Parts: sequence; C-alpha cells; structure tokens
Amino acid sequence: MRTFLSPTRLLLNFAVLLMAFFILGPILWLAAHAFVSGWQYPNLYPSGFTLSWWSKVFVDSALKTAIKNSLILSPLVVLLSMVICLPAAYAAGRMNYWGRKIFMIGIFSANSFPKIGLFAAIATLYYTLNLMGTFVGVMIIQLLGTIIYMTWIPAAAFAAVPRNLEEAARDAGASKFRVFRTITLRLAMPGILVAIVMSFLASFDEAQGSYLVGAPSIYTMPTEMYSLVQNYPIQVAAVFSILLALPSVLLLGLARKHIMGGQLADGFQLK
Amino acid sequence: MMKTEDGMGLELRGLKKILGGRVIIDDLDLSVSKGEMVSLLGPSGCGKTTTLRMIAGFLAVDSGQILVAGKDVTALGPDKRPSAMVFQNYALWPHMTAAKNVGFPLKIKGLSKIEIKEKVEAALELVNLLHHKDSRPGQISGGEQQRVALARALVQEPDILLLDEPLSNLDAKLREKVREDIRELQRRLGITTVIVTHDQEEALSISDRVAVMNSGRIEQFSSPQDLYRQPQTEYVATFIGSLNRFEGDLQNGQILGGTDVIGIRPEDLTISREPMEGSHSGIVELVIPRGHFFEVVVRRKDGIFRAFASENIPTFGEHVHVKIKKALRYQNGKLVA
Ligand SMILES: Nc1ncnc2c1ncn2[C@@H]1O[C@H](COP(=O)(O)OP(=O)(O)OP(=O)(O)O)[C@@H](O)[C@H]1O
Ligand SMILES: [Mg+2]
Repeated sequence: MRTFLSPTRLLLNFAVLLMAFFILGPILWLAAHAFVSGWQYPNLYPSGFTLSWWSKVFVDSALKTAIKNSLILSPLVVLLSMVICLPAAYAAGRMNYWGRKIFMIGIFSANSFPKIGLFAAIATLYYTLNLMGTFVGVMIIQLLGTIIYMTWIPAAAFAAVPRNLEEAARDAGASKFRVFRTITLRLAMPGILVAIVMSFLASFDEAQGSYLVGAPSIYTMPTEMYSLVQNYPIQVAAVFSILLALPSVLLLGLARKHIMGGQLADGFQLK
Repeated sequence: MMKTEDGMGLELRGLKKILGGRVIIDDLDLSVSKGEMVSLLGPSGCGKTTTLRMIAGFLAVDSGQILVAGKDVTALGPDKRPSAMVFQNYALWPHMTAAKNVGFPLKIKGLSKIEIKEKVEAALELVNLLHHKDSRPGQISGGEQQRVALARALVQEPDILLLDEPLSNLDAKLREKVREDIRELQRRLGITTVIVTHDQEEALSISDRVAVMNSGRIEQFSSPQDLYRQPQTEYVATFIGSLNRFEGDLQNGQILGGTDVIGIRPEDLTISREPMEGSHSGIVELVIPRGHFFEVVVRRKDGIFRAFASENIPTFGEHVHVKIKKALRYQNGKLVA
C-alpha cells in the first residue's frame, strides 16, 4: 500500500473537508447561537453564554402551540398514511412486473409536478369544503407528501419477499393471514420502517402547503419559522431549528440501528 | 407394475393441469405405497415440479384426485394437507434461527414451549445439526440449510415427504452423501416420500421405484432394475443409461432392414479379439476409462457400437469382434417381448 498522498488522494481529502464544512458549518453555527447571548461581527468571541433563548421558546405560547401541533400532526399523518398506503403497496408488490411498474410510475409522476400549483388548487377546494385553517386540512396536505414514500418503499419490500418463503409457511400449516403476519410483513418490515421514517420527516418538515392552508389559525414548527425569523432574535430561531432537527436525528439514529443491522444484511439471499 | 397393497401411501388419479393455455400434466396416475420412496424423473420442463406442487397443494388441480393415506385431500389448502415439502432452495425463513425454523410448524399446531423444544432438538439431532440450532440460515452452509429444511419437514411427522430437487444446489461430493443420508432417514422413519429429480443416477440409487416422466405423462413406473433392464418404451430406454440404438430387425445377431427399433445396452455387448458366432467385426475407435470399467467405441462398416468392458481391454485401432448378447425391440415406441 502506498503511504504518500497522491494528487487524487489530496483532492479527495480536500473535497471531503469542504463538504464537511458546508454540511456541519451551518449546524455548528446554529448550535453555537442557541447558547450565546450575542455574537456579532466583528466580535471574535460571543459576548456571553446563556440558556435564556431556550426558556423563551418554551414560555412563548405561540411557539409552544406550534411544537405541540407538529408533534401531534406528524405521527397522525404517518399513521393515516400507513393505513391508506400499505395495503396499496402490498397489492402493488404482489402485482406482476408491469402492473407494479405502472403503479409506481403513476405515483411518481403525480409527485413530480411543482407542489405549489397543487396546493393552490387544493386551497380553492378547501374553501368550499370549509377545511381552510383546520387541523384536518393541514393533515391532508401533509399526507399527500408522504404517499410516495409509503407506497414506493414498502411495495419494493413486499415484492422482494420470496414467494416460496410464504409457501413454506403455508406448507407448515399456517393460515394465509398468519403467513402474512409472521413471514411477509416481518420480512418487509425494514422497508416499512424506512418508509415510516421518511414519511415522518416529510410531514414534519412540510411548510409550503401547511402554511398555505393552515395559517393563520394552525401553525406547525416549520410554518412558525416564517414569523419567528422576522419577529424574534436570531438565537430563538437557532433554538427552534435545533428542535426541528431533533426528530430527524433521533429517527435516523433508530433507523440505522434497526434497519441496517444484521437482519437485512443476511436476510434476502434466497431466490 | 406393482400395485399399492394398502392404498395408504399416496394416490394420484387422473391429474390434469393446464398452465398458460398449455396442458402441462395430462391424465397422470400414480400409486405410492406406504413407506415407499419414489422418484419423479424426467427432463427439464416435463412437469415434475408442477406435479409435486399439486400434491403439496400450492397448485389446484384442473381435474383428478389426490389421496394421501387413503383420504381425499384434493380440495384442501397446503396448510391442511398431511404433506411436508423440502424446497429446491430450502426456503428457510431468514429472520429465524434454525431452531425457530424447525419449531414453526409445531408452534402453529399449538404445542407447548417444552414440547416444541424437545421435538426441535430431536429433529435437529436427526440431521446432525443440533450445534447450529441458534444459527440463522445466512450463517450456515448450503448443505446445512438443506438439512434444516429437512428437519423442518420431518418434525411435522407428515404422511408424505415431498422433495423438489433437494440436492441440486450441493456440490457433487456432498450430493452423494446427503442423498444417502436422506435415504437412510427415510427408511428408518418409514416415511412415504416423493422426490423430484432430473438426475437419473440420483433417482436410480435412492428410490424403491422411479416414475419416468415425459411431457406431462408417466412413461414407466417401476423399480430401478426394471427401468434399466426392461424399459417399456423407447423413450425410457434412451433416457435411462446409454443405449446402442438401431432401426431395423435383429436376427441371429445380425441387424437387418426393418421399421422396428433395436436397443442394446453397452454391457450386453461382448468384445473379443477372436470372431464369435454371429459377431460383428470393427476397429476400436475410442477407449474411455469409466472408473472400474472401460467404455469402448467400435466402428463397424455401417455404424458404431458402444460397449462396456472390464477385462481384456482392447487398444485404440485394434481389430475386434463384437457379439450382441441381449437386445430390446420396440415397435411404435413400445417394447415387444
Ligand atoms: N405458471 C406457469 N404458466 C405457464 N407455464 C408454466 C407455469 N409453470 C410452469 N409452466 C410450464 O410447465 C412446464 C412444466 O414445468 P415444471 O416446472 O413442472 O417442470 P419440471 O419438470 O419441474 O422442470 P425442471 O427440471 O426444469 O424443474 C414447463 O414447460 C413450464 O414452462
Ligand atoms: Mg422443477
């Protein structure tokens, strides 16, 4: 093995550093600002450390409501999405190759138009249905964004479950339902977990549509961000951003543990 | 053909299956005695797997009846049939340990934890895999997976054991050992077994009787010896073992013109350096060592003879005489006595 740094090696290292700077830099900046009383150009050091921004967030009733709304909405949206999409995903996963392809591409193309146009159309519909500014209205908007994850990934996962593993279970005396529960669903679970994480994040981060149909009566964490940036000191926004990023980090951590682990690795080696 | 003495094994009556608009299995009859081991042997695509899947219940029959241990199971789903299947690629559940895989059928039957543990360990012991009871399928070799699959089938104490090319994913050496193990177990447990294979050596060495299939029909169902010595159809004669095949008539050892088909097994030819009564003369074209005997190819003036010899092996180019000891004669593809 060569120990010196070749030009390509150097370039690669540089690229990695650059990427780290651009990805981690803003996060570090945010993290720092959430804990300082003031830190402005041209001062090299912050003027002092404080937790007061955090208490501000947890005291402010508008911000608290936004956090509560998000924490209630997103799990509900994911649950609803699972109830609606997973059966469809299972059906698609069990279709023949072309049936599945058409289904998947259909879902995909429905998602490939600019969302804002769709939201505007939905908004007019909402006015007639009296859904404007309602919890249900926001929920439906967020649900739309999760569909692609909750159908695509699980459909592929269901399709990947080898049929003869199901047959072997039938042969062993299991009813169709039991086979579905103990074999099919179990083996598709890593894919479903990924879909749950992606859907949760999609719902949790959704701002455009939620703002359009929710404001000014229903605010979620991302939509609250709009007014927050304008009306509060930058440090409050930093705290809020960290709170907003927290579920993503937590979920990704969980996903890493449960999805990437041995199961999937030594799972599908059967034809 | 031997008939089921007690009808308590497996009986297939007039099975028919159409797939993709094509008749895959046509009016298939088969009776397997209790405790008997039977092979379904035939070329690729002749319908072996289809037949086995109908017996297991994964495929509904289009017409006909399936009786297991005297009971009509034709209308039952695979979960209600008293058969257990070993799949070609084993079909072990990757998220369960070997013990969990083997225990699954018992769990479904509702046995207690203690009973399950006992039976699972006994079954794994039977296939010499107790030390792997906590391994996942992904962590053990193909041969071991195969034995787990066998244990999972045996633990159900099925009335019939179905094996679909259970050895085809193993290497040649292991295949021979595992097939002997399977046969030994099958004998010891006295379990009625149907094994699908396209390897004739496997079929002949492992089974009590072999059903030779040809495009959805059974050509002949008999003991390995009869299959080889008395092939009832020309198809079976050419499919099993090697055969010198001539069109014509055989009289006093001489091949004359005619429309019949004459088949001669290589071991039914005697090679000698001296002329014999009714012998054919020719030149040795090829000598192939086949282990404990040699295959000798002799060119005559109007064709070749393929003979087996174990002593006085002639050498390449030598002038020899070949005598026909025994021949099979087929008219319209059927054996004439
Ligand atoms: N679902 C199906 N639709 C249409 N044709 C089928 C289907 N399944 C099997 N066949 C056809 O039925 C015939 C018999 O198939 P089968 O799998 O029983 O053969 P086999 O004897 O087991 O062959 P092999 O030794 O290759 O496993 C084949 O010609 C196959 O193409
Ligand atoms: Mg087959």
